[in-house]
Amino acid sequence: MFRHEQIEINAGLLIALTLVVISVGGLVEIVPLFKIGSTVEEVAEVRPYTPLELRGRDIYQREGCFYCHSQMIRPFRDEWLRYGHYSLAAESQYDHPFLWGSKRTGPDLARVGGKYSNAWHVQHLIDPRSVVPESIMPAYPWLMERELDYADVARRMAALRKAGVPYSLTEEEYRRNVERWGRAIADMLDIRRAEEALLRQAEAGNYDGDRRHLTEMDALVAYLQVLGTMVDFKKYGEAYFVQFR
Amino acid sequence: MVQSATAVEAQPYNYGIVRRFTIAALVWGVLGMLAGLYAALELSFPWLNLEIPELTFGRLRPVHTTLVIFGFGGSALFATSYYVVQRTCQARLASDALAGFTFWGWNAAVGLGALGYMLGITQSREYAEFEWPIDILITVVWVAYLYLYVATLKRRSQPHIYVANWFYLGFILATALLHVFNNLAIPVSLTKSYSLFAGVQDAMTQWWYGHNAVGFFLTAAFLGMMYYFVPKQAGRPVYSYRLSIIHFWALIFLYMWAGGHHLHWTALPDWTSTLAATFSVMLLLPSWGGMINGIMTLSGAWEKLRTDPVMLFLITGLSFYGMSTFEGPMMSLKSVNALSHYTDWTIGHVHSGALGWVAMITFGSLYHMVPRLWDARLYSTRLVYVHFWLATIGIVLYITAMWVAGIGQGLMLRGFDEYGNLAYSFIETVRFLHWPYVVRALGGAFFIAGVLVMVYNFWMTVAAAKREAAALEAKLAAKLAARG
Repeated sequence: MFRHEQIEINAGLLIALTLVVISVGGLVEIVPLFKIGSTVEEVAEVRPYTPLELRGRDIYQREGCFYCHSQMIRPFRDEWLRYGHYSLAAESQYDHPFLWGSKRTGPDLARVGGKYSNAWHVQHLIDPRSVVPESIMPAYPWLMERELDYADVARRMAALRKAGVPYSLTEEEYRRNVERWGRAIADMLDIRRAEEALLRQAEAGNYDGDRRHLTEMDALVAYLQVLGTMVDFKKYGEAYFVQFR
Repeated sequence: MVQSATAVEAQPYNYGIVRRFTIAALVWGVLGMLAGLYAALELSFPWLNLEIPELTFGRLRPVHTTLVIFGFGGSALFATSYYVVQRTCQARLASDALAGFTFWGWNAAVGLGALGYMLGITQSREYAEFEWPIDILITVVWVAYLYLYVATLKRRSQPHIYVANWFYLGFILATALLHVFNNLAIPVSLTKSYSLFAGVQDAMTQWWYGHNAVGFFLTAAFLGMMYYFVPKQAGRPVYSYRLSIIHFWALIFLYMWAGGHHLHWTALPDWTSTLAATFSVMLLLPSWGGMINGIMTLSGAWEKLRTDPVMLFLITGLSFYGMSTFEGPMMSLKSVNALSHYTDWTIGHVHSGALGWVAMITFGSLYHMVPRLWDARLYSTRLVYVHFWLATIGIVLYITAMWVAGIGQGLMLRGFDEYGNLAYSFIETVRFLHWPYVVRALGGAFFIAGVLVMVYNFWMTVAAAKREAAALEAKLAAKLAARG
């Protein structure tokens, strides 16, 4: 008959059984998320970030914005009124890492894109209390002072490509992106012309309001302004998303 | 020979490594809690961010969590696990060199990591912010730790492996598994990498890790501490051997399923979060089983709660363990979580576990261990009481402030007026949070004051021990000289 004592006197057995017991949960809950197709909704228009937006996202990570701002709207009426449509899995399918957050010391940012002007964001980031007197957000004046370092943006995109983000490195990949999102966007997602695309977007967008300098502020505002804007919810009925849940 | 003072050193156990990790735990603990207090004050008075990038809340928060979890908690676990495995196996650590390596490797990882966060070098994964080179260093240290632990177990003088060691071993194995899979990333440079997974899969992997950082690093391992130091200090055997078996297997099995409750109502599929909630509720049983096993060990010696302040720490720690393992399953219910998620209620819950359980059981264990490590009598028992009350008042202030903040903000955010419009704007809830945040910082200050009292007490203890040893040596030398 089996007795627990047999485990207590055998370190090897104790280790082996412990490993089995602690592996089950992750295997059952995580592995299927990669295998079940309906985990991520099929929404064609979600695209990877452009080089400028990507650098903005890097800065968002560096400053730890996600500790106080979530990017995950839940399907409740108050959140719908405050932030908009609940977040889809598809909307963060190219987010390495995910930045859903776990705490709202400030409001959710999943759909902040287009909600405020570029000038508002710049002013708010330099001095939050000048636009929202009771805000407790830190001020980030250095974003406006630091030139954006984009020397390794192609390397960053290449790393993300290895992780599965459809940035293009070959003609064929580029053509596939053209088919999916059109030429203008496919050009932005081409690693071979990453710096060029970054400069073009910064020039056209003039996010920080100062054309003479390409700053970290340009990149961060470009990122904030794209958040939640990729999916055109008018195209889909609610029943469409519900079938995936 | 004039060797009496150093005769203590020549005991069969490696106490040197335990002493070093104990000191590391105290240093990281004070630094980490100060970082936490400062971050809390920043939320109350935002000008304290001082427009210095390195000091802004977003960069300081991981400094706080890393220093207290891995610096203070981790070093305390290294110290106590090395102490417990040697004492319960009646064998010296298998390798002093390897033990030294784990000390330097671990502390380098914690220190470099925290410095990096202030410079903005981070993976942005909560409680796993270390960038990939430090992740590799941690992996190497951890393999050395596992090897050392198992090799020492194999030297045990009796056939049985004592229950505290199961928990320490479970913690070492699970942490290895979680650390490796959660940190899979593609490097760009030495200071930057991108997670291998994206979106929903990345979220689930991170919270599978994140919740088990709580479940194994901050629970199973500290239960190992509990299973050694509570019976030792009480002078009685563990209440129930059977309960400890059930406690161990059920706890390590169930915890690994619970992470998804951090992602209720998100884009994580419903089946996963429902499963996670179910297992979270089940977790109440082994958790309370363990708490009962710990507290009932005192059965027949309850008077120790009146006479022994160290016991007070250990039993209060277990009581907070019971409270937060009730609160956790409750918050994992989807309807409760709809209110609590994203609010300070979560922060309060974490701290009732971290301050109430993890820190209190650690303080109790350190008060037991330090006099034995330095072969001395504790400088002051009265100061242990002072520490106990400072800590307890601090915790109560902290968690009640966070209940008010979290539940209050949660209710305001879902409030509607009579026309069905939102009753409050977001910034109105921020204004509401001001006083709870001030009280929380005050609670934190009380708690740190208590820790400083403990550090002073230990300092005086060790100083007295050294004085006595020196006096003894001088006396012996004099005697020898007189004879010569």
